[in-house]
Amino acid sequence: MNLIPTEHYLLFALVLFAAGVTGILTRRNVIGVLISIELMLNAAAINLVVFSHTVKTAPETGQLFAFFVIALAAAGAAVGLAIVLALYRNRHTVQTDEMNLLKW
Amino acid sequence: MESLQVLVKAGIYILMAAGSLAAIGAVFFPNLFYAGLSLAGVLICVAGIYLSAGADFLAMVQILIYVGAVMTLIIYAIMLTNIEEIKVSHLGIKQILLSILAVSGFAVLTASAILSIDWRPLSGQNRLEVHELGAALMSRYIFPFEVLGILLFAVLIGAIVIARKDKV
Repeated sequence: MNLIPTEHYLLFALVLFAAGVTGILTRRNVIGVLISIELMLNAAAINLVVFSHTVKTAPETGQLFAFFVIALAAAGAAVGLAIVLALYRNRHTVQTDEMNLLKW
Repeated sequence: MESLQVLVKAGIYILMAAGSLAAIGAVFFPNLFYAGLSLAGVLICVAGIYLSAGADFLAMVQILIYVGAVMTLIIYAIMLTNIEEIKVSHLGIKQILLSILAVSGFAVLTASAILSIDWRPLSGQNRLEVHELGAALMSRYIFPFEVLGILLFAVLIGAIVIARKDKV
């Protein structure tokens, strides 16, 4: 269990999170943005699991909250992709810079 | 025994490297389908990381929900909306460079913060059995569990209502 120091898990999660933020800032396609959001949520879940070993709360807290994060990510993906499909049907675009319906 | 440990260690680092590479691929592949497949690679690597951190149940959940369900959704959405405008998949080069600059600044700051803290090492006796997780889920964390059930129900209905074709 203590094979790998905690820092290395955290650095891996940081790489995933940074990649996700870069994707959100640069993608033109909404589905690409959703993929990046999934990356960031995974990074957060890894941190929860790792911290559950290093803090003095009940040991199952971190894993259960990572489980909740996974369920919420699934919910977000379902609603997000439904919105993308509805938008594609009505506006015929999935590009973030063409979605200016609410822009003033 | 010693060599086995070294082997496992090397395996974990290889998983981390593969996951990082796949994450960068998921962000920068111009073809969204390849990006989705890279995301599946990242998710499988993260499941391996969960295994190495003693979270066996989470690794199974990760494979089942993420690689099974969410990836299917994303692939379906890519195929349903895929038109030829996929050619221009990113914003302009100026925006990309600015984003990479800002994100690398953030990453360097956070990494220096992580490395400056003396973390307690992961303890071996924290490996949890599934029935302990289930007992906690049904006793101490029953409220978030129930709220999650209601949320998933609402999401089920909401996704169908938003994505259906005809207007009522």
